[in-house]
Amino acid sequence: MTRSKEPILSVRNLRVEFPTRRATLVAVDDLSFDIAAGEVLGVVGESGAGKSVTGAAIIRLLEPPGRIAGGEVRLAGQRIDDLALPQLRAIRGRRIGMVFQDPLTSLNPVFRVGEQLVETILQHLDMTDAQARARSIELLAEVGIPAPNERIDAYPHQLSGGMRQRVVLALALSTNPELLIADEPTTALDVSVQAQIITLMKGLCRRHGTAVMLITHDMGVIAEMADRVMVMYAGRMAEIGPVRDVLRAPRHPYTRGLMGSIPSLTGTATRLAQIPGSMPRLTAIPKGCAFNPRCAEVFARCREARPEPIPVGSGAAACWLYAPATQERTP
Amino acid sequence: MIAYVLRSLVQASIVLLAVALLAFSMFRFVGDPIANLAGQEATQADREELRKHLGLEDSILVQFGRFVGGAIKGEFGISYKQGRKVSDLLAERLPATLELALLSTILATGLGIAFGVYTAIRRDGLIANAIMVLSLVGVSLPTFIIGIGLIYLFAVELKWLPSYGRGDVSSFGWWTTGLLTESGRRSLVLPVLTLGFFQLTLIMRLVRSEMLEVLRTDFIKFARARGIDERKINFRHALRNTLIPVVTIAGLQLGGVIAFAIVTESVFQWPGLGALFVQAVQFVDIPVMAAYLMFVALIFVITNLIVDLLYFVLDPRLRSDRPEAAK
Amino acid sequence: MTEAPRTTSAATPPPAGTPQRPPMGRLARAWDSDLIWSFRHSPLAMGAGAVTAFFMLIALFAPWIAPQNAFDPSSLNLMDGFLEPMNRGATGNLHVLGTDNQGRDLLSAILFGSRVSIIVGFLSVAFSLLLGVSLGLIAGFVGGRTDAIIMRIADIQLSFPAILIALLVFGIVRGFIHPSQHEQWALGVLIVAIGLANWARYARTVRGSTMVEKNKEYVQAARVMGRSSFAIMREHVLPNVMGPILVIATINLALAIIEEATLSFLGVGVPPTQPSLGTLIRIGQQFLFSGEWWILMFPALALVLLALAINLLGDWLRDALNPKLK
Repeated sequence: MTRSKEPILSVRNLRVEFPTRRATLVAVDDLSFDIAAGEVLGVVGESGAGKSVTGAAIIRLLEPPGRIAGGEVRLAGQRIDDLALPQLRAIRGRRIGMVFQDPLTSLNPVFRVGEQLVETILQHLDMTDAQARARSIELLAEVGIPAPNERIDAYPHQLSGGMRQRVVLALALSTNPELLIADEPTTALDVSVQAQIITLMKGLCRRHGTAVMLITHDMGVIAEMADRVMVMYAGRMAEIGPVRDVLRAPRHPYTRGLMGSIPSLTGTATRLAQIPGSMPRLTAIPKGCAFNPRCAEVFARCREARPEPIPVGSGAAACWLYAPATQERTP
Repeated sequence: MIAYVLRSLVQASIVLLAVALLAFSMFRFVGDPIANLAGQEATQADREELRKHLGLEDSILVQFGRFVGGAIKGEFGISYKQGRKVSDLLAERLPATLELALLSTILATGLGIAFGVYTAIRRDGLIANAIMVLSLVGVSLPTFIIGIGLIYLFAVELKWLPSYGRGDVSSFGWWTTGLLTESGRRSLVLPVLTLGFFQLTLIMRLVRSEMLEVLRTDFIKFARARGIDERKINFRHALRNTLIPVVTIAGLQLGGVIAFAIVTESVFQWPGLGALFVQAVQFVDIPVMAAYLMFVALIFVITNLIVDLLYFVLDPRLRSDRPEAAK
Repeated sequence: MTEAPRTTSAATPPPAGTPQRPPMGRLARAWDSDLIWSFRHSPLAMGAGAVTAFFMLIALFAPWIAPQNAFDPSSLNLMDGFLEPMNRGATGNLHVLGTDNQGRDLLSAILFGSRVSIIVGFLSVAFSLLLGVSLGLIAGFVGGRTDAIIMRIADIQLSFPAILIALLVFGIVRGFIHPSQHEQWALGVLIVAIGLANWARYARTVRGSTMVEKNKEYVQAARVMGRSSFAIMREHVLPNVMGPILVIATINLALAIIEEATLSFLGVGVPPTQPSLGTLIRIGQQFLFSGEWWILMFPALALVLLALAINLLGDWLRDALNPKLK
């Protein structure tokens, strides 16, 4: 894919470690990817694959003792992983917004919705209180909250789950950031509300040109909203590519397993396909390719050396099947 | 809101009545009031007189009613040991204890919150660790040891402060206070420190642990993700949330201070209710014990009520009577 | 890939070369690794444990290792009173820590005093534990009004300071005993008083766990099979509550010892002929200004060390058993 502009987010060789008293957990290992301006990149994988950690690492919001042990993160070309805290705070919320999974616990229960909005706006933008309040009401309207000038004075517990997530979105997008990191934004919501929130997010981000890093384990959400998708496994990238391609014709055996294990409403299947085994513990990642113990197409090289992402089609797959030397096996 | 207040009041009354029952039972069934009051020399006729006078012939229920009625007015009969009216004894000693309790609570709460917040924010600093170790010591040490230690340091070695008594007190009608005289103030220092120390460590550890919990929540994470600066996060977001449970627990502790004062008063020979109670226990002076019990229960109930109301004011989640918004 | 036939229920076979572990009971597993590891790596916990063990030992062997029987009034010689530490008395005995106003050898007094304090502490903790755990089990299992009543009483007891309750119980029970017999019964009454002041925490914890376990399937299965409630409580609920109860008991022990010391200090604890550390401190306070500092200092030091050690142990235990901090 040719890029005419510089990517808004550029991650190179990111490594995130959690030193514990027994051993050091490597949550993210040598991860590299880009997000273009205005693009929606889905990040998919099982629990523990390192998706949320990646998102948190970008704005250095890791839970201690987590720390970035290597690599670079660039926002519009400028390095942000080594910024001092004050400059980092200027970026957080202003140029990169983030939303988390549970909207109820994301909002401070003792402050009104409006107070939290105004506080965020005034932290980053130069406005008067009145202007900030007016802007807050606009934002609430934009995220689809009815009667925003009343609701602005509500407390979080007075709103429903869907409403709260809309408020959270409003908060994250209040300063028109260039990138939005959404960590499981729909997981805690009712199914009926999920669709609404996705549509809302899509619309808002398209309209404002906000790039999105959409972290989720729900393939349906990816299919609805993402332009490209990155599949993560044991802290590493397994595959990346346009959504259509990855979903219809997955390259990496792990992705194939994932797609195969999604139950389909059409077609006949007597059994739910499962990938045998489970993701390795972060302290005991196998040598070579992390997936090799469970892979049906494993061969000698897989156990020896860890595969780098190899360009395939419009994306890439970290699998030796696609190395030039094993071309006879390319589909 | 009204329902909430009413409910609290009803609960309070039940507790008071239960305690009154206990106090009354003590009166009636522990030891022999006649023997105690009449003394060795009394004749049979005298005892009969006393019996009638005390109304011991009536049914238990009537006697209980009379007891409660008397209690409400502050009348608890005559002290077995001192021969004076219990209510007089109480009135004499109450100001001393109240002054001590109030001052130490103010000290403990103020410093407790300050230290608690500090050690939560600067988790691994040297000063924070030192304070934590000291607080552990404070929780482990019995109050009387702290009191004696302070006496040793400030009264015996340094000779700065007196080691017992209230010093000179000024009286206003029935009330006495030591705050208006130099010697009164100096006499207050060590007892207030002693009584407050335990509370202080308690509150400090509570504030610290609550604040650490709050700092781990999602909404703090979200605030950080929005770039809100640390100062606002600590003092606006985290503190507000921390204080809610702290206020309730600290408030409940307050009721206990009156009782904790027992030990401090003994160490410093402070002429308060606590010292009176200890004497009463030593000599099995039931009327005084019962009266003290009722008094402490009353204080507890009042502080509980105030704390309940405060909680209501501070936590908006309790105030919501609006139905949840439609999806 | 595998070396020897292994029974494994894990989805992935363990990497080759892992030594096989013998099956372990629940308690054994809990003791393995984390808890002991935590103990071995915490100098504070080990120090506290050592001090506590030391005190327990001397308390146990006091009658044999003390130079003088501090509880026997006839062995006291008033002429030996007020001796400074490291002086010889009239009988030629060396008083390492000096003597008090009655000629009591302070070292012996501290040994015997610690013994009394620790015995009273343990017995009252046993009392609280039995009472609290039983009431908690009943409240949790039976539920309904019984539960409500028991918990109400527990709540009220918890909100009153233990000293107050202990004093109250002491006073009331004394009212039933004739004054001449007060001394005889003092220890027993003391144990009951402190015990009654501290049962509520056990009750609350046990009740909570009981309610959780009660609704689990295996308990319901046992009920269907006709096992008595008592057996169920004993076999299923109790083992699950052991951990928190241990923590409570340890902290409670320190509290009980301090409460006993306080009561004795106030003059309503152990009888004066069997002075505990609290009584000794009370005596010592009188001589603070006249210069015989040792009468106060050594008993106070002993009490402080003992209380601190047990408290530290309890603190460490609580942190080590707390899953949230792992």
